[in-house]
Amino acid sequence: MKQKDLILYSGLIILGLAAPYLFSAFKVQLTYLCVLIVLAMTWNLQGGEMGYNTFGNILFYGLGMYLTASVQVGMFFPLAEWTESGGEKTFVHTTAQYFQGIGVGLLVSAIVPAVIAGAIGYAILGLRGHYFAICTLGLGIAAGEIAGGIEIIGAGQGFTTPPFPAEIVDTEARGKFFYFLSFALLVGTFIFVKYIYGSRFRLILNAIRDNEDKAEAMGIQTMKYKIVGWMCSAFFCGLAGGIMGGLIGYIDSTDVAFDGREMGVFMVLMAILGGKGTLWGPVIGATLFHFFKEGLWTLILGWQYVALGVLIVVIVVYFPEGLMGWLREKYPERFGEVIDEKDRKAQVELK
Amino acid sequence: MDFLIFKAPMLMVQASLDGILLGILFALIAYGMALQWGVMNIINIAQGDLVILGGYIAYTIYLWGIHPAWGVIISPIIMFFVGWALYKLVINKVVDRDLFISILATFGIAIVFQQLMNFIFGADVVVAQSEYGTTMLFDNSVTLPNSKIFSAFISVLYAVALVIYMKKSRLGRAIRATAQNARAAKILGVDTEKVYAATFGINAALCGIAGALISITLTLHPYVGLPYTVRSFMIVIVAGLGNLPAVAVSGMGLGLFEEFADYILGTEFRIGAVFMLLVFILVYRRFKLSKKREYLK
Repeated sequence: MKQKDLILYSGLIILGLAAPYLFSAFKVQLTYLCVLIVLAMTWNLQGGEMGYNTFGNILFYGLGMYLTASVQVGMFFPLAEWTESGGEKTFVHTTAQYFQGIGVGLLVSAIVPAVIAGAIGYAILGLRGHYFAICTLGLGIAAGEIAGGIEIIGAGQGFTTPPFPAEIVDTEARGKFFYFLSFALLVGTFIFVKYIYGSRFRLILNAIRDNEDKAEAMGIQTMKYKIVGWMCSAFFCGLAGGIMGGLIGYIDSTDVAFDGREMGVFMVLMAILGGKGTLWGPVIGATLFHFFKEGLWTLILGWQYVALGVLIVVIVVYFPEGLMGWLREKYPERFGEVIDEKDRKAQVELK
Repeated sequence: MDFLIFKAPMLMVQASLDGILLGILFALIAYGMALQWGVMNIINIAQGDLVILGGYIAYTIYLWGIHPAWGVIISPIIMFFVGWALYKLVINKVVDRDLFISILATFGIAIVFQQLMNFIFGADVVVAQSEYGTTMLFDNSVTLPNSKIFSAFISVLYAVALVIYMKKSRLGRAIRATAQNARAAKILGVDTEKVYAATFGINAALCGIAGALISITLTLHPYVGLPYTVRSFMIVIVAGLGNLPAVAVSGMGLGLFEEFADYILGTEFRIGAVFMLLVFILVYRRFKLSKKREYLK
């Protein structure tokens, strides 16, 4: 079993490292895929494990995007003049400046959202159930609307992130750089989530999901764990946003950064599609969803949002347990669940 | 502080009147929200998109050359059947499920509606001209479009009619019985499935009326539905389920807040202010409730 895992993981890592060379035309899509998996996994920590179904992780994603770009520019040039000049740039990052900037920017965009999550966590995470869902939905949209009114980060006209340094002649370098950045993030997130899955922390989160009052009565300081859980999500969402900002190269307040209509829904959908509360569910869900999206989006041009809406309804109404849940139902032995036939029969008879 | 609104008292009167008239309209939407929430235990994210769809129906008949005010009669009739169909297609499968499921499912419906409206009616901001003129008050310093007064009047009319209908009619009583205890109502011979469908239809019809009024007082756009959902949600949680006078008052309060936020923060922050208010109300509510819980300890 141990050896099987080792083969699986090393195989996946080799595949991940080789992917940009094997499918060099699809580097951007592969980067998207990595980011989507990260978002789905972190959403799963919240919605699947803790039972706090949030629409608000987009807040951290957008925040990370703006922070990375702002730091990257602001470290070397006046930010206000940069955003004012729009696409026409009078300032040019040197290669060293660019990488320094994005490094520091990503660091900031991981820490600040986590700190913000910690700061507002006490107020927001006290809400239960649908109140929490609607509140976080409101937070995400409010952030987008407010960011669209702030002049220094470009307001409605958007924010162009620094272009990749022109001194690097290799035309493939940009795609590779962002791919490996996002792949590193994916590996980091996976290791972290896997660690959580084996820890006591996950059991506490599950206890909160199943019955928060009982968990509290058992002596678990639920609020503390909820906040820590949310901070973990915020940390990785911020990083994902920072990478995406650099990749897309242009930040719009409501269409790219705080994109509740796309990213915000995608992450929920992917996690549910794959199966909430499982380690591999979000990974599989995100991969399937991405293939579906990239494959069909262009075929049904114009109708993609209708398809998305219908997909949400169908998945949520008919398929709420997701793929992993369905597999679990079908092959319980493979998930390490032992079914006591006698007990099951007795229960059926009772019904 | 040099905000224009504090310098000119007449602007305050203007904002207050605008806010109250707008708030009555919001209260009508919120009433539908409270109805379905109370009866079916569903939070309908597509509420605002139903409103906008109702508005587009009124706009369509305006394009046909009929006065858009007729929309307040035609649009609810069409919307009732839209709501009924929506219930039969999707909502009946999420009624007795987890609330988050219903939120997500209606979110999906909202996206479909937005996109279909975008295809059919185009992405332009449109408005149906009622040509009712404006009323000038206080020496021409306060202008009040008659369409706003008309819309507030119609909203009140429909709300009162619906309250009477819910009290007196057979279906109204069945709806109230189901809201109190669905199981008991079922045992006593109420066809709860039909009641649910009717409730959702009535809610959609209310949205249709509100949408028709919005088409002549404000503007329509396929993607502005969500703020209406959030406004009605906010009004309902402030007022509580089934407390109609409170719904009216908090609707007006929200209208006032918005108009003043518009003047003080600037129009670009208007929607942002609405969503921030939602967050603040929920957080305030959470702290208020948590005090109560401590008492129980």
